[in-house]
Amino acid sequence: MRGLSAGMRTELIGLGGIIERNAYLVRRYALWELAFFLWTIANTLTIVFIAEGVEASGGVLDVNRQTTVLLIGAVIWAYLGIIFEILTETVAWERWEGTIEYTFMAPLSRTVHLMGMGVFAVVYGVVRAALLFGAIALWFNLEMPEANFLSALVVLAVASISFIGIGMMTAVLPLISPEKGTQLGFIAQGMLLVVSGIYYSVEVLPQPMQWLAVISPATYALEGIRDAILEGAAITTLWSQLAPLIVIGAISIPLGLIVFRHGERYAKQHGKLKRSG
Amino acid sequence: MSRIASASPSTRHLEPGGPEARTPAVEVTDLRKEFIRRDRRTGRRSHKRRVAVLKDVSFRIERGECVAILGQNGSGKSTLVRLLSTLLLNDGGSARVFDYDVFTEPRPIRRLVNRVSVEASFFKKMSSVENLSYAARFYGMTARETRARIPEILERVGFPLDRRGDSMEDLSRGMQQKVALARALLTSPVLLLLDEPTTGLDPRSKLEVQGFIRELRADHDVTILLCTHDLDEAELLADRVGILDRGELLVLEPPDELRRRYHAATVEEAFFAATGRSFELESDVEGGRP
Repeated sequence: MRGLSAGMRTELIGLGGIIERNAYLVRRYALWELAFFLWTIANTLTIVFIAEGVEASGGVLDVNRQTTVLLIGAVIWAYLGIIFEILTETVAWERWEGTIEYTFMAPLSRTVHLMGMGVFAVVYGVVRAALLFGAIALWFNLEMPEANFLSALVVLAVASISFIGIGMMTAVLPLISPEKGTQLGFIAQGMLLVVSGIYYSVEVLPQPMQWLAVISPATYALEGIRDAILEGAAITTLWSQLAPLIVIGAISIPLGLIVFRHGERYAKQHGKLKRSG
Repeated sequence: MSRIASASPSTRHLEPGGPEARTPAVEVTDLRKEFIRRDRRTGRRSHKRRVAVLKDVSFRIERGECVAILGQNGSGKSTLVRLLSTLLLNDGGSARVFDYDVFTEPRPIRRLVNRVSVEASFFKKMSSVENLSYAARFYGMTARETRARIPEILERVGFPLDRRGDSMEDLSRGMQQKVALARALLTSPVLLLLDEPTTGLDPRSKLEVQGFIRELRADHDVTILLCTHDLDEAELLADRVGILDRGELLVLEPPDELRRRYHAATVEEAFFAATGRSFELESDVEGGRP
């Protein structure tokens, strides 16, 4: 029992180390972080202006509501991008720096290692998403009188479990293909969101894509967050979104770990962990 | 007792005095590793072929011993170190570290082993203290412990403490390698794998690193496997010297016996006699290795 708690303590210190290292890197690359955030704002604006553009070209729509719908989609896109990017960096960045072998030969369990990356990704992603949402909402002077931000945060938190699980699967890609693996992570992000009603209702999609939407956690995240912000839905009324998110999360985390372990085994069999030498 | 010796993980395999004390630090039997390479020489179509990088290598290292493995680029030295570091999986044979199977029980081994390689390998924008803190957390060292321990160990390896806040990219190669040594020692390993630790260093830094390795051997119960292509370094530091040639371990003996066996005046001559080639003439074949 004592050995078990000592082991858990070591793992928790290791998990803290992962978060601490990411915080160091954010601090050391602060100006780059700012540049990327400005790029995300610009990217989000290109989407969110669409509602005003449609109205200007004669379309009839509730601009405030449609702008908020687009904004939620763009923020989730950016959030998912951060989650996948940070988890993919588990391998990609360390491989580039050459530290990956030292990390992988350390006595930290891979589960804790990946969860540490996931926890940091969620904390960093939520802060960034909140800043992005606030900045754009102020820009457009959006009115959200019914908004229940607590419910929206809860939905995002629950959805993040699934996103981390899927992120673990994409994190393995740079192990298999050091040159192109990271880009494949972005493809996964796009595929996930295109079937999930990112800027439109899932009902407009062709039937095969709608079937995929059923198993995509982003579908329920977008629905739940839109209901919370646009309709002021309370947490207790969001079970139809939270329940599938919990189920998908319960499957995707172990699946992500299994996929990563297979990838790590492949890398160790074929000597893909090393950068050179 | 020194921290390095006393902080060794409590395992049944490391208790002094008991029957386990006879357990070798490293026991490698018929170890084999192959990589798949693409062969494009045959024309437009590339063919994959399996190339043996280590061919049924066997040896053992006793506790507290320093063994040097000599070999040229591509001889399999780094592959051997990576296998013992649990970073590669074998294609045959076995390897045990303090009686733990390297390939089926990697986690306890990771507590006992650390490594210094030819490339220092750090987060370049982070400082030496930040990099060492990151490495130490994986071994369960808290911020409170590392606050005192990191400056202490940096000082011991001869790193100028006033540079500890500088980014790694602003440090010289010699300083980076000292931080690499500090990273390995911070975790109090009982088996230290040194893969060309002084390659590329200026003469002074090289002497300092070698001096520190000797100090470690003299003061602590550390077992060392040193892979190098520096013949003088091998002779200076090791109890036994092995010659690894194209994946085959030709011989592993004390330097005197090695010279005697090949009727050679120097280890270099012995190497020449054993392999039939000199160090300088060999082309670099490691570049094509996976």
